[in-house]
Amino acid sequence: MQNTFTQLENFGHSLNAPAYLIQPKSAGEIYSAFKLAKKMGLTVTARGAGRSYNDAALNGGGIVLDLSAMDQILEWDQDTGRIRCEPGVTLEKLWQHVEPIGWWPPVVSGTMKTTLGGCLAANIHGKNNFKMGPIGEHVIEFTAVLPTGAEITCTPKKNADLFYAMIGGYGMLGIFTSITLQMKRIHSGLLTVDALPVHNLREQLSILLEGAPNNDYIVGWLDTMTGGKSLGRGQIHAARYLHEGEDKNPQETMKFKNQILPSRIFGVFPKGLLHYFMSPFANNLGWWGVNTAKYIASLSKHTFRQPHAAFHFLLDYVPNWELSYGRSGLIQYQSFLPKETAETAWTEILKLSLKNRLPSYLGVTKRHRPDKFLLTHAVDGFSLAMDFKVTETNRAKLRAMLQEFDQIVLANGGRFYFAKNSETTAETALAFYGEETVAKYKKLKKRCDPNGLLESDLYRRVFGD
Amino acid sequence: MSDSPKIAPATPLNPRRCGMIVGASEGIGAALARKMAKEGYTLALLSRQKDKLNALCAEINSAANETRALPYEHDVSNYDEVPDLLRKIVADLGGLDTFVFMAGVNYPPGGVDKYNFENDRKMVEINLIGGMAWLTPVAEMFQNAKAGQIVGIGSVAGDRGRIGNPGYNTSKAGLATYLEALRNRLTRRGVNVLTVKPGFVKTEMLKAAQGGTPFAIEPEKAADDIYNAMRKRRQLIYTASLWRWIMLIIQHIPSVVFRRMSF
Repeated sequence: MQNTFTQLENFGHSLNAPAYLIQPKSAGEIYSAFKLAKKMGLTVTARGAGRSYNDAALNGGGIVLDLSAMDQILEWDQDTGRIRCEPGVTLEKLWQHVEPIGWWPPVVSGTMKTTLGGCLAANIHGKNNFKMGPIGEHVIEFTAVLPTGAEITCTPKKNADLFYAMIGGYGMLGIFTSITLQMKRIHSGLLTVDALPVHNLREQLSILLEGAPNNDYIVGWLDTMTGGKSLGRGQIHAARYLHEGEDKNPQETMKFKNQILPSRIFGVFPKGLLHYFMSPFANNLGWWGVNTAKYIASLSKHTFRQPHAAFHFLLDYVPNWELSYGRSGLIQYQSFLPKETAETAWTEILKLSLKNRLPSYLGVTKRHRPDKFLLTHAVDGFSLAMDFKVTETNRAKLRAMLQEFDQIVLANGGRFYFAKNSETTAETALAFYGEETVAKYKKLKKRCDPNGLLESDLYRRVFGD
Repeated sequence: MSDSPKIAPATPLNPRRCGMIVGASEGIGAALARKMAKEGYTLALLSRQKDKLNALCAEINSAANETRALPYEHDVSNYDEVPDLLRKIVADLGGLDTFVFMAGVNYPPGGVDKYNFENDRKMVEINLIGGMAWLTPVAEMFQNAKAGQIVGIGSVAGDRGRIGNPGYNTSKAGLATYLEALRNRLTRRGVNVLTVKPGFVKTEMLKAAQGGTPFAIEPEKAADDIYNAMRKRRQLIYTASLWRWIMLIIQHIPSVVFRRMSF
């Protein structure tokens, strides 16, 4: 089997690990890779687009299956909105396939580069989590190959225990070979977006809470660099689909050319180069300036219409933006807190980061609701995602601070999300999942993968014995 | 699925550098292992001498208060074992940044007029072919990963063929030439190859040396020199550094003079 020893990175460019990279093209080839791994005494991890901020798609010294070549759309029924895809199909390919004829993926991440396999493995959420739940709730069926070679089909009814464990199971039970999803009907290529100024954390959370039921999407930007009375200030964007008839010319607004993100700024400057000009600002002073300017610009309430792709895929707006964080990359810390305790916990967290002079450069808030998946990260409450720049000199201090954050989040009944947090320990994971959940997961793991062939750096960190 | 002791996970805020030393149970190898572990490396240590190796790992791990050194029993002349063992070590460590080939033996023929093919053969089999057996898969791996550092231990004894120990001179000269060739292949692939040429170092091997042992240094001093050269990604060092100048002179002694010297 063709394999190449390659150095692989995470999305934040903050961690790398070498692995034997294999690119399977079928379920049969995935099983061959399992057999090879067993023979060589190595472990296996699946990798999609490598867009996790942590170690979910890394397997230092082991085998990594790059599923990006399994990228075919297998079936598409444009009357019912059902689509069956291989796991390497990206959200980009998916929305471009369905949007021009009036459908949209029910749940998308902030970047369209992610693959469906990765989206299911992490059970991603979008800005509509409070309404639509995670992507797993829109999976009609999936097929997967287990390390034993068994090919299984799961639906919410059939093999339900595996359905609810493999979605959000970080690829440690088996590897998806096809995914059937239900798309959502849209009547326009545009969304109506309200931009609302927010003056402090309490207001931020109350607008999220009260705004959610009246909107299809809601997301907050939080100025993480300002404290005092303005702690938690920022801006909220709440968006709604257009009803049938609201858009006079939906055929036009749904056209692909009216969705794509412009590749040049002012029509001349190529955005591919933009990250070079951002890196001089990737420090405390520069980002303070960016956050302050953004806040001042957001002070007036206004409403506008925006294409779906432009609203959702902010992370793709500046290509390779993550490179502007410099050589040591960035990490993202996302905590999920119940609505009752979020304000207390995040006040403490934001104050701590300002006191330590280790501010996050970007904060994003969302509204969430619980779901039925085994390794769920959701709560009836909110999430706050914070980006931190990693440098040669801040590692130890930042690590100690994030450990304090973990304690605050745990004490307030919070949870974490493993597509993001790279520092969470096995102890913390056990604390928020609870022993029963972890035991249940491990029992399923033993059943699907009796030889322990599926292991990632994430698995060893969070579930390692 | 590994049966080895658990190493703390590497994270962006707690990154791990991984190294391995072939020939680590005593002398410069053991000193370098202690030094690298102290500097934060996680190490795979290899040697034939199981007991000494286990004791060294235990000492390093208890000093660091976490698992920093894993022992692997290995005889360098067991070439066929190398590819599988390397793969296991890289999987156990979760990667490999630095590879050090330290293993070496010195069996003098027992006099300037004595010849001993068996001893010469052993020295070439361990010092040179043993090195090539390891360096081949390591070089290939680093070449593909476009990263890494190789450290090979030559010797001042490899710089000239002298009357005392032709076999040892040959094994070390061969290794130095092999390392130079790897350097020329791999520098363009982002891999650094460092050749270390120690003079006299106060180790077990020194007891084999015939005649005087001027400027002998402690193995810890040699280990510090090697570590600093690794950090600066240098190509060639002598330890002690004085030997660079001594060997510069010795290398330039014309043969007509050199073959009449009792040195």
